[in-house]
Amino acid sequence: MGKITNEELLKKINEKFDQQITVVGEPYGLLTIETGREQIIELLEFLKNDTVLQFIYLTDITAIHYPEQEKPIGVIYHLHSLINNVRIRIKVFLPAEDYHIPTATTVWHGANWMERETYDFFGVIFDGHPDLRRILNVDDMTVFPMRREYPLEDPNRVDKKDYFFGR
Amino acid sequence: MQNHPVYTDNDPQTAPSTLNLGPTHPATHGVFQNVLQLDGERIMSGVSTIGYIHRAFEKIAEHRPFYQITPLTDRLNYCSSPINNMGWHMTVEKLLGIETPKRVDYLRVIVMELARISDHIVCNGVLGVDTGAFTGFLYMMEYREAIYEIYEEVCGSRLTTNIGRIGGFERNFNAIAFNKLRKFLKDFPPVLREFQALFNRNRIFVDRTKGVAAVTAEDALAYSWSGPLLRAAGVDYDVRAMNPYSSYEDFDFEVPVGENGDVYARFLVRNEEMWQSMRLIEQALMKLEKEPTDIFHADVPEFYLPPKEEVYNNMEALIYHFKIVMGEIDTPTSEVYHSVEGANGELGFYLVNDGGRSPYRLHFRRPSFINYQMYAPMSRGMLLSDAIINMSSLNVIAGELDA
Repeated sequence: MGKITNEELLKKINEKFDQQITVVGEPYGLLTIETGREQIIELLEFLKNDTVLQFIYLTDITAIHYPEQEKPIGVIYHLHSLINNVRIRIKVFLPAEDYHIPTATTVWHGANWMERETYDFFGVIFDGHPDLRRILNVDDMTVFPMRREYPLEDPNRVDKKDYFFGR
Repeated sequence: MQNHPVYTDNDPQTAPSTLNLGPTHPATHGVFQNVLQLDGERIMSGVSTIGYIHRAFEKIAEHRPFYQITPLTDRLNYCSSPINNMGWHMTVEKLLGIETPKRVDYLRVIVMELARISDHIVCNGVLGVDTGAFTGFLYMMEYREAIYEIYEEVCGSRLTTNIGRIGGFERNFNAIAFNKLRKFLKDFPPVLREFQALFNRNRIFVDRTKGVAAVTAEDALAYSWSGPLLRAAGVDYDVRAMNPYSSYEDFDFEVPVGENGDVYARFLVRNEEMWQSMRLIEQALMKLEKEPTDIFHADVPEFYLPPKEEVYNNMEALIYHFKIVMGEIDTPTSEVYHSVEGANGELGFYLVNDGGRSPYRLHFRRPSFINYQMYAPMSRGMLLSDAIINMSSLNVIAGELDA
């Protein structure tokens, strides 16, 4: 039940995934690492099944978009080891126009809708996902609305123009 | 809809029937659509369709300053808005490194636990309605009203509360609020006891709920369940106990855990949580007596709006007021994940900040969304009437589901 420190956690991961991960930092005590999509599932499985670490709980999957970067879209996993009460954040950045990443539904069933939501809003394709459809937006939507280039409001809409209100 | 199975058997006696349960079915208490394939009364398969009240909160949040995001969080789980509000304030405070005074923490505990009680009142009351007992619901609803009246004294509104500010509360609790709170603590326990007496060993209720939709701890963890649902399955994960926030570490409370994760266990866990919440509120009231009565926010003039009369008469207050409203105060470029124990489970806020006035990216980890994804798979083989009470006991709130 002893709490694992971030250094120990990182040492454990580095033993197995030497050179394949980079440390982003520890913002507010939460160890953040970055890896590539080639070993993400292997890394998640290792974290989940390791007898000491036991990151059995998938807290969240989401994504973020930095349009100016070479790899614009990052998929972000939050895992929680309920045994050791320590969290970890894993980021995987994907190259432009090739937003493919293997699905984590093979590791956790709960990843299903989280990945669907990420697909819905960012257009990340989770290869091997059993049912990758839009989830919150309408099925015939053609854009991925959480990308930065998508405006909050339709710039062409006219129903909020001032002259309708006598201004 | 390409995912629905196609049956070629045209004999009406044996062919399975398709039922659109929802989106506005009176038994589902919210906008949920499930397309079910039924064999008689038994569900063969189901597909959940969600997103009917999706309002793009994450997108809107990218265009709003931090303090204007609080009203968005109200509309996630609108049965317990104060928990969402407080969770958001604490996320921002964590980002900015604001230490709140103990009195603020205790006041927040009071508000959050009241919200938890009001949420569980609705959930357990409705579970009674769905099994045919309207009395418990009506009886308990009166006390949700009492809780809403306390919110009214604290912040002026009832359902979507927008309660508190970054750093504390917008105003101090007045004497009427404390009186109403004490009255609630006196009046509610006998009612809850009677409610439990009405249901816990009621033959009809137990027959309808026991063993229904039982979920093992392994499944619950694999589907990332949290909150009362996970605890009913036997996993004692409670954010308040595991990663205490808002000084929960000062309090003495228990985390009720169920055994077999069925609807009955969830009902019992929620009832017991209401007792624990009342214990927490009583302790908070005791602790408040030792705290100075005039402190209700942290001393952070850069982020906490000054009182209006000071803005007109005090140069410094005017400057801060202007800077807060115009968003001219530098914030750290960092990312933070903070979670609170919402009424439905772990409510997380993942905030990525680029130093501007609004978040670069804000993601809500919404427990209802994550809990609900197991609904269709677990309904397979279930009777339709059991699936209805299963949905009630999942306590899926449409606002939180769809964000």
